[in-house]
Amino acid sequence: MAEWFVARASDLKDGDRRIVTAGKREIGVFHKDGAYHAYSNTCLHQGGPACEGVMINNVVDILNPDRTYEGQKFGDETHFVCPWHGWEYDIKTGEMVGDRKQKLRKYEVVKRGDDIYVVA
Amino acid sequence: MDMPRSDVRPVDFDSFSTPKHLEHAAQQAHARNYQDFLIVDVDSHHYENESYAEVFEYIENPIMRRDAIDSGGRSTGFLNTQVGGQSMAGRIVRNKGRKLDKPRVSKHRDIGMTLDWMDSMGVDYACLFPTPMLFLSAHPVPEVEAAMAQAYNRWLCERILAHEPRIVSMLYLPFNDPDAAYKTVKEFGDKKGVVGFMVTSPRYKSVHDNTFMRTYRLIEEQGKVLSFHAAYNWDDRALAMCNRFIAAHALGFMWFNMVHMTNWVVNGLPERFPKLKVMWIESGLTWAYSLMQRLDHSYLMRTSDCPQLKRKPSEYMREMYYSTQPMEMPEDKTLLEATFKQIKADTQLLWSSDYPHWDFDLPSTIYDLPFLDEKSKRNILGGTAAKLFNLDSKPVKKIP
Repeated sequence: MAEWFVARASDLKDGDRRIVTAGKREIGVFHKDGAYHAYSNTCLHQGGPACEGVMINNVVDILNPDRTYEGQKFGDETHFVCPWHGWEYDIKTGEMVGDRKQKLRKYEVVKRGDDIYVVA
Repeated sequence: MDMPRSDVRPVDFDSFSTPKHLEHAAQQAHARNYQDFLIVDVDSHHYENESYAEVFEYIENPIMRRDAIDSGGRSTGFLNTQVGGQSMAGRIVRNKGRKLDKPRVSKHRDIGMTLDWMDSMGVDYACLFPTPMLFLSAHPVPEVEAAMAQAYNRWLCERILAHEPRIVSMLYLPFNDPDAAYKTVKEFGDKKGVVGFMVTSPRYKSVHDNTFMRTYRLIEEQGKVLSFHAAYNWDDRALAMCNRFIAAHALGFMWFNMVHMTNWVVNGLPERFPKLKVMWIESGLTWAYSLMQRLDHSYLMRTSDCPQLKRKPSEYMREMYYSTQPMEMPEDKTLLEATFKQIKADTQLLWSSDYPHWDFDLPSTIYDLPFLDEKSKRNILGGTAAKLFNLDSKPVKKIP
């Protein structure tokens, strides 16, 4: 295992991300809502750059107490989306949201002073 | 703990290049040694609407040509369209990004953009189809379908196929006008890069109608392929009950091909045109396996409904060709293996990407299947298509 430099913390603003090539691995490092998350940049579907797509919140169907359908809204869960086919991953867990048994490999992120590193 | 030097880059949504977008595809191509064997994509697409200014000039009728050119800048007007977003509300980034793309080859932009994704995936030859025109079958005016088909086919032959040997096509057949369909085969059958003719499936003309027999005969005589390219029509009365695109798409892309296949078989067309090569495109695979069982079961009780048949429906269906995409990927791979066996995948199945559409497949969807040997993989990825389309079997791609 080694620590791979990602960015100065002051350069990686909340909502931003970096793609780190660590040896033969590509890792997406996200800074979102005050936390850092790092996942393999290879989509579990067909190998697309999973961490390089848009970030978007989950979509929620609004149901009334009588179970009738009212409409849709965005939820509170942030997803990042593989730009090839739209596979969506939960940024907090790396789980594929359509089948949470499937998860991207997660990496540890450490902060040393003002520097952010990913451990891989 | 070591602190080796890492390569770090931001994610940039303000630029786009196909080789960059498909960098992981090129890595797969190198890792699997695609450079050593032929890969043919039997179903890929361009956005012909980006070239409508050129295409419309080929419309023969001056009234329609003026109408088309006048409405060229609007999404409605001369041509029909369908509701349904390829980009999934911006989740698929290449739809918007393609405007920023700068192809490496300085021929027609369509050629350059096509060659870029072909090389990244490891594809040697691609059969190119239109995108918005897949819905032209639902146009309320048959004359417009015929005029647009002729204009597009001439444009494609003159501007694209004549200039790039790695791109071929099965040309659009204006099936709502049987005379125009016949004339299309007559006019374009011997043109460079034309490997067959394509019927867009969402339509309400029965394939067994007598008016199509001379067209089938002519395609059979030419040794070309007749293909049925699936699509959806959300205005179809059954599909209109669906409220979400996923439903209209998943059902629509099977539904129309199931209807056409059923009519094709029960009306004995395989017996009437025994040498006609028929291909079913973009319905996935499970529909065929399902329909084989369904038709065989009914046929054995109702042979009098299909007196031209000398064998079970499934036996005719196993002699037709199928494109792979969008290939179902069940968790239990034995189900997929059984499907491959039923449709005789070794000789009848042809890989397709459907790129750049939202549900495209890479060659690895076939190459990585655990139950296929190397020979079967190569047949499905390109060997069978090379024979069917009469292509040189020497790889010509340049994987970046």
